[in-house]
Amino acid sequence: MAGLWVLGEVTPEGTLARISGEVATFARGLAAEAGQEVAGVVVAADPSAAAAELATYLPRVLAVSDPAAAERPWSFVAAERIAGLLEPDTQEFMFVGAGPDGRDVAGSLAALLGWGVLANAIGATWKDGGPVVEMSVFGGRLKTTSRFTGPTGIVTVRPNVVTAEPSGSTGKVEVVEAPVDELRQPAVRVIDRVVEAGTAAPIEEAKIIVAGGRGMGGSEGFKLVEELAEVLGGAVGATRAAVDAGWIPYGQQIGQTGKIVKPQLYLALGISGAIQHKVGMQTADTIVAVNRDPDAPIADFADLVVIGDLFEVGPALLAELRARSG
Amino acid sequence: MHIVVLVKPVPDTASSGERLRPDNRLDRAAVPAVVNANDEYALEAALKLVEAHGGEVTVLTMAPSGATDTIRKALAMGATRGVLVTDEALAGSDIRSTVLVLAAALAGLEFDLVLAGVDTSDGQGGFVGPGVAVKAELPYLSYAAKIEPKPDDRLVTVRRISPTGYDVLESPMPALIACTQALGEPRYPSLKGIMAARSKEIVTKSLADLGLEPEGVGGAVATTEVVGSEAPPARAATRVVREAPDVAAREVVAFLAERRIV
Repeated sequence: MAGLWVLGEVTPEGTLARISGEVATFARGLAAEAGQEVAGVVVAADPSAAAAELATYLPRVLAVSDPAAAERPWSFVAAERIAGLLEPDTQEFMFVGAGPDGRDVAGSLAALLGWGVLANAIGATWKDGGPVVEMSVFGGRLKTTSRFTGPTGIVTVRPNVVTAEPSGSTGKVEVVEAPVDELRQPAVRVIDRVVEAGTAAPIEEAKIIVAGGRGMGGSEGFKLVEELAEVLGGAVGATRAAVDAGWIPYGQQIGQTGKIVKPQLYLALGISGAIQHKVGMQTADTIVAVNRDPDAPIADFADLVVIGDLFEVGPALLAELRARSG
Repeated sequence: MHIVVLVKPVPDTASSGERLRPDNRLDRAAVPAVVNANDEYALEAALKLVEAHGGEVTVLTMAPSGATDTIRKALAMGATRGVLVTDEALAGSDIRSTVLVLAAALAGLEFDLVLAGVDTSDGQGGFVGPGVAVKAELPYLSYAAKIEPKPDDRLVTVRRISPTGYDVLESPMPALIACTQALGEPRYPSLKGIMAARSKEIVTKSLADLGLEPEGVGGAVATTEVVGSEAPPARAATRVVREAPDVAAREVVAFLAERRIV
Protein backbone atom coordinates (compact mmCIF):
# COMPACT_ATOMS: atom_id res chain seq x y z
CA MET A 1 0.00 0.00 0.00
CA ALA A 2 0.96 3.61 -0.28
CA GLY A 3 2.88 5.38 2.46
CA LEU A 4 0.92 8.60 2.05
CA TRP A 5 -2.80 8.85 1.45
CA VAL A 6 -4.93 11.78 0.33
CA LEU A 7 -8.63 12.03 1.07
CA GLY A 8 -10.56 13.23 -1.99
CA GLU A 9 -13.67 15.15 -0.97
CA VAL A 10 -16.58 15.38 -3.37
CA THR A 11 -18.75 18.45 -4.05
CA PRO A 12 -22.56 18.14 -4.27
CA GLU A 13 -22.09 18.17 -8.08
CA GLY A 14 -19.84 15.11 -7.86
CA THR A 15 -16.60 16.91 -8.72
CA LEU A 16 -13.44 17.04 -6.60
CA ALA A 17 -13.50 19.67 -3.85
CA ARG A 18 -10.88 22.36 -4.42
CA ILE A 19 -9.22 21.71 -1.06
CA SER A 20 -8.50 18.12 -2.12
CA GLY A 21 -6.43 19.29 -5.11
CA GLU A 22 -4.37 21.36 -2.69
CA VAL A 23 -3.97 18.50 -0.21
CA ALA A 24 -2.94 16.19 -3.06
CA THR A 25 -0.32 18.70 -4.20
CA PHE A 26 0.91 19.07 -0.61
CA ALA A 27 1.19 15.30 -0.01
CA ARG A 28 2.73 14.61 -3.44
CA GLY A 29 5.54 17.06 -2.69
CA LEU A 30 6.15 15.43 0.67
CA ALA A 31 6.08 11.93 -0.84
CA ALA A 32 8.69 12.97 -3.43
CA GLU A 33 10.92 14.31 -0.64
CA ALA A 34 10.42 11.11 1.37
CA GLY A 35 10.74 8.66 -1.53
CA GLN A 36 7.33 7.28 -0.55
CA GLU A 37 4.33 6.24 -2.61
CA VAL A 38 1.26 8.45 -2.53
CA ALA A 39 -2.30 7.53 -3.43
CA GLY A 40 -5.74 9.08 -3.17
CA VAL A 41 -9.03 7.70 -2.00
CA VAL A 42 -12.52 8.94 -2.86
CA VAL A 43 -15.65 7.60 -1.15
CA ALA A 44 -19.00 8.54 -2.67
CA ALA A 45 -22.19 7.07 -4.09
CA ASP A 46 -20.64 7.84 -7.48
CA PRO A 47 -16.94 8.61 -7.02
CA SER A 48 -15.99 8.40 -10.71
CA ALA A 49 -15.71 12.10 -11.65
CA ALA A 50 -13.92 13.16 -8.47
CA ALA A 51 -11.59 10.15 -8.61
CA ALA A 52 -10.67 10.94 -12.22
CA GLU A 53 -9.90 14.52 -11.20
CA LEU A 54 -7.82 13.41 -8.22
CA ALA A 55 -5.88 11.15 -10.60
CA THR A 56 -4.62 14.26 -12.41
CA TYR A 57 -2.72 15.01 -9.19
CA LEU A 58 -1.74 11.55 -7.97
CA PRO A 59 -0.38 8.37 -9.58
CA ARG A 60 -3.02 6.14 -8.04
CA VAL A 61 -6.57 6.70 -6.77
CA LEU A 62 -8.97 4.27 -5.12
CA ALA A 63 -12.59 5.03 -5.98
CA VAL A 64 -14.87 3.50 -3.36
CA SER A 65 -18.48 3.46 -4.44
CA ASP A 66 -20.97 3.27 -1.59
CA PRO A 67 -24.63 4.35 -1.80
CA ALA A 68 -24.60 5.02 1.97
CA ALA A 69 -22.38 8.04 1.30
CA ALA A 70 -25.40 9.84 -0.17
CA GLU A 71 -27.99 8.67 2.35
CA ARG A 72 -26.00 9.35 5.51
CA PRO A 73 -23.66 12.13 6.62
CA TRP A 74 -20.70 11.52 4.35
CA SER A 75 -17.84 11.81 6.82
CA PHE A 76 -18.56 8.76 8.97
CA VAL A 77 -19.20 6.56 5.95
CA ALA A 78 -15.94 7.74 4.40
CA ALA A 79 -14.02 7.19 7.64
CA GLU A 80 -15.28 3.64 8.07
CA ARG A 81 -14.59 2.67 4.47
CA ILE A 82 -11.10 4.19 4.56
CA ALA A 83 -10.34 2.50 7.88
CA GLY A 84 -11.15 -0.78 6.14
CA LEU A 85 -8.61 -0.05 3.37
CA LEU A 86 -5.65 1.01 5.49
CA GLU A 87 -3.28 -1.46 7.04
CA PRO A 88 -2.82 -0.19 10.58
CA ASP A 89 0.47 -1.98 11.19
CA THR A 90 2.39 -0.50 8.28
CA GLN A 91 3.83 2.96 7.89
CA GLU A 92 0.93 5.04 6.62
CA PHE A 93 -0.09 8.68 6.86
CA MET A 94 -3.38 10.20 5.77
CA PHE A 95 -3.71 13.80 4.55
CA VAL A 96 -7.09 15.51 4.76
CA GLY A 97 -8.34 19.06 4.12
CA ALA A 98 -9.00 21.06 7.30
CA GLY A 99 -12.58 21.94 6.34
CA PRO A 100 -15.73 20.82 8.21
CA ASP A 101 -16.06 17.44 6.44
CA GLY A 102 -12.33 16.76 6.52
CA ARG A 103 -12.20 17.44 10.25
CA ASP A 104 -15.08 15.04 10.84
CA VAL A 105 -13.38 12.34 8.76
CA ALA A 106 -10.04 12.90 10.52
CA GLY A 107 -11.58 12.75 13.99
CA SER A 108 -13.59 9.61 13.37
CA LEU A 109 -10.82 7.87 11.42
CA ALA A 110 -8.33 8.63 14.21
CA ALA A 111 -10.67 7.02 16.76
CA LEU A 112 -11.42 4.03 14.53
CA LEU A 113 -7.70 3.29 14.03
CA GLY A 114 -6.24 4.64 17.29
CA TRP A 115 -4.01 6.94 15.20
CA GLY A 116 -2.69 10.35 16.18
CA VAL A 117 -3.84 13.46 14.38
CA LEU A 118 -2.16 16.80 13.78
CA ALA A 119 -4.42 19.74 13.00
CA ASN A 120 -4.19 22.59 10.51
CA ALA A 121 -0.82 21.99 8.86
CA ILE A 122 0.71 24.98 7.11
CA GLY A 123 3.77 23.06 5.96
CA ALA A 124 5.58 19.74 6.34
CA THR A 125 8.95 18.11 5.81
CA TRP A 126 9.96 14.46 6.08
CA LYS A 127 12.27 13.22 8.83
CA ASP A 128 12.98 9.84 10.44
CA GLY A 129 10.29 8.02 8.50
CA GLY A 130 7.44 10.43 9.07
CA PRO A 131 6.16 13.93 8.45
CA VAL A 132 7.25 16.83 10.63
CA VAL A 133 4.31 19.18 10.52
CA GLU A 134 4.26 22.94 10.90
CA MET A 135 1.18 24.42 12.49
CA SER A 136 0.02 27.91 13.31
CA VAL A 137 -1.37 28.02 16.88
CA PHE A 138 -2.68 30.55 19.38
CA GLY A 139 -4.47 32.41 16.62
CA GLY A 140 -1.33 32.77 14.54
CA ARG A 141 0.91 34.07 17.31
CA LEU A 142 3.09 30.94 17.42
CA LYS A 143 4.31 28.41 14.88
CA THR A 144 4.93 24.90 16.20
CA THR A 145 6.44 21.80 14.63
CA SER A 146 5.07 18.42 15.63
CA ARG A 147 5.50 14.81 14.63
CA PHE A 148 3.91 11.44 15.22
CA THR A 149 5.51 9.16 17.80
CA GLY A 150 4.62 6.06 15.75
CA PRO A 151 4.54 5.02 12.07
CA THR A 152 0.97 6.19 11.41
CA GLY A 153 -1.02 9.40 11.63
CA ILE A 154 -3.52 11.80 10.12
CA VAL A 155 -2.73 15.38 9.13
CA THR A 156 -5.36 18.00 8.35
CA VAL A 157 -4.06 20.66 5.94
CA ARG A 158 -5.27 24.26 5.96
CA PRO A 159 -6.73 25.62 2.73
CA ASN A 160 -4.49 27.94 0.66
CA VAL A 161 -1.24 26.50 2.04
CA VAL A 162 -0.22 25.41 -1.47
CA THR A 163 -1.61 26.08 -4.94
CA ALA A 164 -3.22 22.99 -6.46
CA GLU A 165 -1.06 21.79 -9.35
CA PRO A 166 -1.91 18.71 -11.41
CA SER A 167 1.07 16.38 -11.80
CA GLY A 168 1.12 16.50 -15.60
CA SER A 169 0.33 12.82 -16.02
CA THR A 170 -2.84 10.91 -15.31
CA GLY A 171 -2.85 8.37 -12.53
CA LYS A 172 -4.58 5.03 -12.40
CA VAL A 173 -8.10 4.85 -10.91
CA GLU A 174 -8.98 1.58 -9.20
CA VAL A 175 -12.68 1.01 -8.59
CA VAL A 176 -13.41 -0.55 -5.21
CA GLU A 177 -16.88 -1.78 -4.31
CA ALA A 178 -17.72 -0.99 -0.70
CA PRO A 179 -17.81 -4.09 1.43
CA VAL A 180 -21.36 -5.29 2.00
CA ASP A 181 -20.94 -5.46 5.77
CA GLU A 182 -22.97 -3.06 7.84
CA LEU A 183 -21.47 0.21 8.90
CA ARG A 184 -20.58 0.16 12.59
CA GLN A 185 -21.87 3.62 13.30
CA PRO A 186 -25.55 3.90 14.26
CA ALA A 187 -27.58 5.27 11.38
CA VAL A 188 -28.02 8.99 10.87
CA ARG A 189 -30.21 9.81 7.88
CA VAL A 190 -30.00 12.86 5.64
CA ILE A 191 -33.67 13.76 5.22
CA ASP A 192 -33.21 17.02 3.31
CA ARG A 193 -30.50 19.16 1.73
CA VAL A 194 -31.38 22.83 1.68
CA VAL A 195 -29.54 25.28 -0.58
CA GLU A 196 -29.68 28.88 0.62
CA ALA A 197 -28.88 31.86 -1.55
CA GLY A 198 -25.71 33.74 -0.76
CA THR A 199 -23.69 30.81 0.52
CA ALA A 200 -21.52 29.90 -2.42
CA ALA A 201 -17.99 28.46 -2.28
CA PRO A 202 -16.57 27.64 1.17
CA ILE A 203 -15.05 30.86 2.42
CA GLU A 204 -11.94 29.16 3.82
CA GLU A 205 -10.93 28.23 0.28
CA ALA A 206 -11.26 31.74 -1.19
CA LYS A 207 -8.12 33.47 -2.50
CA ILE A 208 -9.62 36.89 -1.91
CA ILE A 209 -11.97 37.79 0.93
CA VAL A 210 -13.75 41.09 1.40
CA ALA A 211 -15.10 41.21 4.93
CA GLY A 212 -17.39 43.62 6.72
CA GLY A 213 -17.91 44.35 10.38
CA ARG A 214 -20.12 46.38 12.64
CA GLY A 215 -19.04 49.53 10.77
CA MET A 216 -21.13 48.50 7.74
CA GLY A 217 -24.18 49.67 9.68
CA GLY A 218 -26.74 47.27 8.21
CA SER A 219 -27.59 44.86 5.40
CA GLU A 220 -27.85 47.84 3.03
CA GLY A 221 -24.31 48.87 3.91
CA PHE A 222 -23.18 45.28 3.50
CA LYS A 223 -24.00 45.47 -0.23
CA LEU A 224 -20.77 47.47 -0.61
CA VAL A 225 -18.84 44.47 0.75
CA GLU A 226 -20.62 42.20 -1.73
CA GLU A 227 -19.93 44.53 -4.67
CA LEU A 228 -16.23 44.79 -3.82
CA ALA A 229 -16.02 41.00 -3.45
CA GLU A 230 -17.64 40.59 -6.84
CA VAL A 231 -15.31 42.98 -8.68
CA LEU A 232 -12.27 41.36 -7.01
CA GLY A 233 -13.56 37.84 -7.73
CA GLY A 234 -13.53 37.06 -4.02
CA ALA A 235 -15.79 35.78 -1.28
CA VAL A 236 -17.71 37.73 1.34
CA GLY A 237 -16.71 37.39 4.98
CA ALA A 238 -17.90 38.97 8.18
CA THR A 239 -17.21 39.52 11.84
CA ARG A 240 -19.36 38.01 14.53
CA ALA A 241 -21.06 41.37 15.12
CA ALA A 242 -22.27 41.44 11.51
CA VAL A 243 -23.49 37.84 11.77
CA ASP A 244 -25.25 38.46 15.10
CA ALA A 245 -26.97 41.46 13.52
CA GLY A 246 -28.33 39.14 10.82
CA TRP A 247 -26.64 40.91 7.89
CA ILE A 248 -24.94 37.75 6.68
CA PRO A 249 -25.17 33.99 7.49
CA TYR A 250 -23.00 32.38 10.16
CA GLY A 251 -21.21 30.28 7.52
CA GLN A 252 -19.40 33.45 6.38
CA GLN A 253 -18.14 34.35 9.85
CA ILE A 254 -14.39 34.58 10.31
CA GLY A 255 -12.79 34.32 13.72
CA GLN A 256 -12.64 32.29 16.88
CA THR A 257 -16.05 30.64 16.66
CA GLY A 258 -16.25 30.91 12.87
CA LYS A 259 -13.85 30.05 10.05
CA ILE A 260 -10.08 30.44 10.00
CA VAL A 261 -8.90 31.74 6.63
CA LYS A 262 -5.62 32.37 4.87
CA PRO A 263 -6.42 34.19 1.63
CA GLN A 264 -3.96 36.11 -0.57
CA LEU A 265 -5.92 39.27 0.17
CA TYR A 266 -8.11 40.13 3.14
CA LEU A 267 -9.90 43.43 2.61
CA ALA A 268 -11.47 44.46 5.92
CA LEU A 269 -14.17 47.11 5.94
CA GLY A 270 -15.43 48.60 9.18
CA ILE A 271 -13.64 45.89 11.17
CA SER A 272 -11.84 46.96 14.32
CA GLY A 273 -9.70 43.83 14.48
CA ALA A 274 -10.59 42.57 17.96
CA ILE A 275 -8.69 39.44 19.01
CA GLN A 276 -11.64 37.08 18.39
CA HIS A 277 -11.68 38.18 14.74
CA LYS A 278 -7.93 38.55 14.37
CA VAL A 279 -7.27 34.88 15.23
CA GLY A 280 -9.32 33.91 12.16
CA MET A 281 -7.52 36.03 9.57
CA GLN A 282 -4.15 37.32 10.67
CA THR A 283 -2.19 34.80 8.61
CA ALA A 284 -3.64 36.24 5.38
CA ASP A 285 -0.84 37.10 2.92
CA THR A 286 -1.98 40.71 2.54
CA ILE A 287 -4.35 42.60 4.81
CA VAL A 288 -5.88 45.89 3.69
CA ALA A 289 -8.26 47.72 6.00
CA VAL A 290 -10.55 50.72 5.72
CA ASN A 291 -11.44 52.17 9.08
CA ARG A 292 -12.46 55.52 10.46
CA ASP A 293 -10.56 54.96 13.69
CA PRO A 294 -6.76 55.26 13.43
CA ASP A 295 -6.48 53.58 16.84
CA ALA A 296 -8.43 50.46 15.84
CA PRO A 297 -6.35 47.31 16.54
CA ILE A 298 -6.45 46.39 12.85
CA ALA A 299 -4.33 49.47 12.07
CA ASP A 300 -1.50 47.71 13.95
CA PHE A 301 -1.42 44.50 11.93
CA ALA A 302 -2.80 45.37 8.49
CA ASP A 303 -0.30 45.86 5.67
CA LEU A 304 -2.15 48.94 4.54
CA VAL A 305 -4.86 50.87 6.29
CA VAL A 306 -6.94 53.69 4.85
CA ILE A 307 -8.16 56.01 7.57
CA GLY A 308 -11.48 57.33 6.39
CA ASP A 309 -15.21 56.89 6.00
CA LEU A 310 -15.76 53.52 4.39
CA PHE A 311 -18.91 54.76 2.64
CA GLU A 312 -16.68 57.25 0.81
CA VAL A 313 -13.52 55.16 0.42
CA GLY A 314 -15.44 51.96 -0.45
CA PRO A 315 -17.34 53.35 -3.47
CA ALA A 316 -14.18 55.13 -4.68
CA LEU A 317 -12.31 51.83 -4.48
CA LEU A 318 -15.14 50.07 -6.27
CA ALA A 319 -15.04 52.65 -9.09
CA GLU A 320 -11.25 52.40 -9.37
CA LEU A 321 -11.34 48.58 -9.50
CA ARG A 322 -14.18 48.60 -12.05
CA ALA A 323 -12.29 51.07 -14.24
CA ARG A 324 -9.25 48.82 -14.05
CA SER A 325 -11.07 45.60 -14.92
CA GLY A 326 -12.65 47.53 -17.84
CA MET B 1 -34.16 14.67 28.90
CA HIS B 2 -30.70 14.16 30.29
CA ILE B 3 -28.00 16.04 28.41
CA VAL B 4 -24.25 15.81 28.94
CA VAL B 5 -22.21 18.77 27.69
CA LEU B 6 -18.48 18.34 27.07
CA VAL B 7 -16.77 21.46 28.37
CA LYS B 8 -13.09 22.26 28.01
CA PRO B 9 -11.27 24.95 29.96
CA VAL B 10 -9.06 26.80 27.45
CA PRO B 11 -6.59 29.67 27.78
CA ASP B 12 -8.42 32.96 27.39
CA THR B 13 -7.62 34.14 23.84
CA ALA B 14 -8.45 37.70 24.85
CA SER B 15 -5.35 37.66 27.08
CA SER B 16 -3.08 37.15 24.03
CA GLY B 17 -0.68 35.59 26.53
CA GLU B 18 -0.86 31.91 25.58
CA ARG B 19 2.52 30.22 25.51
CA LEU B 20 4.23 26.85 25.73
CA ARG B 21 6.36 25.67 28.64
CA PRO B 22 9.96 24.59 27.95
CA ASP B 23 8.66 21.00 27.60
CA ASN B 24 6.39 22.24 24.75
CA ARG B 25 3.18 21.73 26.70
CA LEU B 26 0.66 24.51 27.21
CA ASP B 27 1.65 26.81 30.05
CA ARG B 28 -1.62 26.76 31.98
CA ALA B 29 -0.26 29.12 34.62
CA ALA B 30 0.44 31.87 32.06
CA VAL B 31 -3.17 32.82 31.30
CA PRO B 32 -6.58 32.52 32.93
CA ALA B 33 -8.72 29.59 31.82
CA VAL B 34 -12.21 30.17 30.46
CA VAL B 35 -14.96 27.91 29.13
CA ASN B 36 -14.22 27.25 25.45
CA ALA B 37 -16.52 29.56 23.47
CA ASN B 38 -18.08 26.86 21.27
CA ASP B 39 -18.76 24.77 24.40
CA GLU B 40 -20.75 27.71 25.78
CA TYR B 41 -23.02 27.52 22.73
CA ALA B 42 -23.43 23.79 23.37
CA LEU B 43 -24.26 24.46 27.00
CA GLU B 44 -26.77 27.18 26.11
CA ALA B 45 -28.45 24.82 23.63
CA ALA B 46 -28.62 22.12 26.32
CA LEU B 47 -30.14 24.51 28.87
CA LYS B 48 -32.80 25.63 26.37
CA LEU B 49 -33.63 22.00 25.54
CA VAL B 50 -34.18 21.02 29.17
CA GLU B 51 -36.21 24.19 29.73
CA ALA B 52 -38.48 23.07 26.87
CA HIS B 53 -38.55 19.32 27.53
CA GLY B 54 -37.62 19.00 31.21
CA GLY B 55 -34.55 17.19 32.47
CA GLU B 56 -31.03 17.86 33.64
CA VAL B 57 -27.72 19.03 32.24
CA THR B 58 -24.44 17.46 33.33
CA VAL B 59 -21.17 19.16 32.45
CA LEU B 60 -18.31 16.74 31.73
CA THR B 61 -14.72 18.03 31.77
CA MET B 62 -11.35 16.34 31.53
CA ALA B 63 -8.71 18.69 32.92
CA PRO B 64 -6.31 19.37 35.79
CA SER B 65 -7.98 19.66 39.19
CA GLY B 66 -8.10 23.48 39.02
CA ALA B 67 -10.78 23.22 36.34
CA THR B 68 -13.51 23.28 38.99
CA ASP B 69 -13.53 27.09 38.45
CA THR B 70 -14.65 26.80 34.82
CA ILE B 71 -17.12 24.05 35.73
CA ARG B 72 -18.54 26.37 38.39
CA LYS B 73 -19.14 28.98 35.64
CA ALA B 74 -21.11 26.38 33.66
CA LEU B 75 -23.09 25.51 36.78
CA ALA B 76 -23.83 29.21 37.31
CA MET B 77 -25.29 29.35 33.79
CA GLY B 78 -27.74 26.65 34.88
CA ALA B 79 -26.18 23.19 34.51
CA THR B 80 -27.31 20.73 37.19
CA ARG B 81 -24.01 19.12 38.12
CA GLY B 82 -20.41 18.77 37.01
CA VAL B 83 -18.20 15.75 36.48
CA LEU B 84 -14.45 16.41 36.41
CA VAL B 85 -12.16 13.65 35.22
CA THR B 86 -8.76 14.50 36.60
CA ASP B 87 -5.67 12.39 37.16
CA GLU B 88 -1.95 13.08 37.29
CA ALA B 89 -1.48 10.37 34.65
CA LEU B 90 -3.52 12.40 32.15
CA ALA B 91 -0.92 15.19 31.85
CA GLY B 92 0.23 15.56 28.25
CA SER B 93 -2.78 13.66 26.87
CA ASP B 94 -3.25 13.72 23.10
CA ILE B 95 -6.54 13.48 21.21
CA ARG B 96 -6.52 9.67 21.39
CA SER B 97 -6.29 9.71 25.20
CA THR B 98 -8.86 12.49 25.52
CA VAL B 99 -11.31 10.57 23.36
CA LEU B 100 -10.78 7.32 25.32
CA VAL B 101 -11.26 9.05 28.66
CA LEU B 102 -14.35 11.04 27.67
CA ALA B 103 -15.96 7.96 26.12
CA ALA B 104 -15.24 5.97 29.31
CA ALA B 105 -16.71 8.76 31.44
CA LEU B 106 -19.87 8.83 29.29
CA ALA B 107 -20.31 5.11 29.83
CA GLY B 108 -20.97 5.87 33.50
CA LEU B 109 -23.55 8.58 32.84
CA GLU B 110 -27.17 8.51 31.76
CA PHE B 111 -28.06 10.72 28.82
CA ASP B 112 -30.28 11.22 25.81
CA LEU B 113 -27.91 13.64 24.11
CA VAL B 114 -24.25 14.60 24.37
CA LEU B 115 -23.47 18.11 23.16
CA ALA B 116 -19.98 19.44 22.46
CA GLY B 117 -18.51 22.54 20.87
CA VAL B 118 -17.54 21.98 17.25
CA ASP B 119 -13.91 22.75 18.12
CA THR B 120 -11.82 24.43 20.80
CA SER B 121 -10.03 27.75 20.54
CA ASP B 122 -6.71 26.22 21.63
CA GLY B 123 -6.46 23.00 19.62
CA GLN B 124 -8.73 24.11 16.74
CA GLY B 125 -8.85 20.52 15.56
CA GLY B 126 -12.50 19.56 15.87
CA PHE B 127 -11.55 15.88 16.35
CA VAL B 128 -12.76 15.11 19.86
CA GLY B 129 -16.50 15.18 19.03
CA PRO B 130 -16.37 12.65 16.17
CA GLY B 131 -13.77 10.60 18.08
CA VAL B 132 -15.90 10.29 21.20
CA ALA B 133 -18.92 9.40 19.06
CA VAL B 134 -16.94 6.55 17.47
CA LYS B 135 -15.63 5.24 20.79
CA ALA B 136 -18.96 5.58 22.60
CA GLU B 137 -20.77 4.11 19.55
CA LEU B 138 -23.11 7.07 19.33
CA PRO B 139 -24.61 8.56 16.17
CA TYR B 140 -22.71 11.77 15.37
CA LEU B 141 -24.27 14.97 14.05
CA SER B 142 -21.97 17.93 13.50
CA TYR B 143 -22.01 21.66 12.73
CA ALA B 144 -25.43 21.98 14.32
CA ALA B 145 -27.39 25.19 13.76
CA LYS B 146 -30.65 23.81 15.16
CA ILE B 147 -31.50 20.85 17.40
CA GLU B 148 -35.05 19.48 17.65
CA PRO B 149 -35.52 16.39 19.80
CA LYS B 150 -38.67 14.27 19.66
CA PRO B 151 -38.29 12.53 23.01
CA ASP B 152 -41.41 10.36 22.58
CA ASP B 153 -40.06 8.88 19.34
CA ARG B 154 -36.48 8.75 20.69
CA LEU B 155 -35.39 10.80 17.66
CA VAL B 156 -33.49 14.04 17.20
CA THR B 157 -33.39 16.28 14.13
CA VAL B 158 -30.40 18.53 13.49
CA ARG B 159 -29.68 21.19 10.91
CA ARG B 160 -26.07 20.67 9.86
CA ILE B 161 -24.46 23.69 8.22
CA SER B 162 -23.20 22.80 4.74
CA PRO B 163 -21.12 24.91 2.32
CA THR B 164 -24.29 25.74 0.38
CA GLY B 165 -26.92 25.92 3.13
CA TYR B 166 -27.80 23.14 5.51
CA ASP B 167 -28.63 19.45 5.63
CA VAL B 168 -31.45 18.16 7.80
CA LEU B 169 -30.28 15.06 9.66
CA GLU B 170 -32.35 12.66 11.70
CA SER B 171 -30.89 10.31 14.26
CA PRO B 172 -32.00 7.97 17.01
CA MET B 173 -31.24 9.12 20.56
CA PRO B 174 -28.88 8.97 22.35
CA ALA B 175 -26.63 10.86 19.96
CA LEU B 176 -23.63 13.19 20.07
CA ILE B 177 -24.04 16.62 18.51
CA ALA B 178 -21.22 19.08 17.72
CA CYS B 179 -22.57 22.59 18.26
CA THR B 180 -21.93 25.96 16.64
CA GLN B 181 -22.57 29.57 17.46
CA ALA B 182 -25.60 29.48 15.14
CA LEU B 183 -27.52 27.81 18.00
CA GLY B 184 -27.70 31.13 19.83
CA GLU B 185 -25.99 33.45 22.26
CA PRO B 186 -25.05 31.93 25.62
CA ARG B 187 -26.69 33.48 28.67
CA TYR B 188 -24.74 35.32 31.33
CA PRO B 189 -24.87 33.69 34.76
CA SER B 190 -27.35 35.55 36.96
CA LEU B 191 -26.46 36.47 40.52
CA LYS B 192 -28.94 33.84 41.65
CA GLY B 193 -27.27 31.33 39.35
CA ILE B 194 -23.84 32.15 40.74
CA MET B 195 -25.11 31.70 44.30
CA ALA B 196 -26.85 28.43 43.41
CA ALA B 197 -23.72 27.10 41.68
CA ARG B 198 -21.79 27.23 44.95
CA SER B 199 -23.80 24.38 46.38
CA LYS B 200 -24.08 22.30 43.22
CA GLU B 201 -22.28 19.00 43.04
CA ILE B 202 -18.99 18.53 41.18
CA VAL B 203 -18.06 14.86 41.11
CA THR B 204 -14.35 14.16 40.63
CA LYS B 205 -13.36 10.97 38.90
CA SER B 206 -9.91 9.41 38.54
CA LEU B 207 -8.78 6.98 35.85
CA ALA B 208 -9.31 4.15 38.33
CA ASP B 209 -12.92 5.29 38.81
CA LEU B 210 -13.40 4.95 35.05
CA GLY B 211 -11.72 1.57 34.93
CA LEU B 212 -8.84 2.85 32.81
CA GLU B 213 -5.18 1.93 33.28
CA PRO B 214 -2.87 4.94 33.68
CA GLU B 215 -0.34 3.27 31.33
CA GLY B 216 -2.80 3.48 28.44
CA VAL B 217 -3.21 7.26 28.43
CA GLY B 218 -1.33 10.52 28.97
CA GLY B 219 1.90 12.03 27.71
CA ALA B 220 3.99 8.85 27.83
CA VAL B 221 1.84 7.14 25.20
CA ALA B 222 0.89 10.24 23.18
CA THR B 223 0.65 9.62 19.43
CA THR B 224 1.93 13.11 18.64
CA GLU B 225 4.54 15.42 20.13
CA VAL B 226 5.50 19.04 19.69
CA VAL B 227 9.20 19.18 18.82
CA GLY B 228 9.71 22.90 18.37
CA SER B 229 8.14 26.31 18.21
CA GLU B 230 9.01 29.76 16.96
CA ALA B 231 7.36 33.12 16.55
CA PRO B 232 6.04 33.56 13.02
CA PRO B 233 7.81 36.21 10.94
CA ALA B 234 6.57 39.64 12.00
CA ARG B 235 4.32 41.44 9.54
CA ALA B 236 5.82 44.43 7.81
CA ALA B 237 5.00 47.86 9.24
CA THR B 238 1.55 49.13 8.39
CA ARG B 239 1.30 51.69 5.60
CA VAL B 240 -1.19 54.32 6.68
CA VAL B 241 -3.15 56.23 4.02
CA ARG B 242 -5.02 59.36 5.04
CA GLU B 243 -5.71 60.92 1.62
CA ALA B 244 -9.08 61.88 0.19
CA PRO B 245 -11.23 58.88 -0.85
CA ASP B 246 -10.41 58.92 -4.58
CA VAL B 247 -6.67 59.33 -3.96
CA ALA B 248 -6.75 56.68 -1.24
CA ALA B 249 -8.60 54.29 -3.59
CA ARG B 250 -5.93 54.74 -6.27
CA GLU B 251 -3.22 54.06 -3.68
CA VAL B 252 -4.94 50.86 -2.57
CA VAL B 253 -5.28 49.61 -6.15
CA ALA B 254 -1.63 50.45 -6.88
CA PHE B 255 -0.63 48.57 -3.71
CA LEU B 256 -2.66 45.52 -4.79
CA ALA B 257 -1.16 45.71 -8.28
CA GLU B 258 2.35 45.84 -6.79
CA ARG B 259 1.57 42.59 -5.00
CA ARG B 260 0.04 41.11 -8.17
CA ILE B 261 -3.34 40.68 -6.51
CA VAL B 262 -5.19 42.70 -9.17
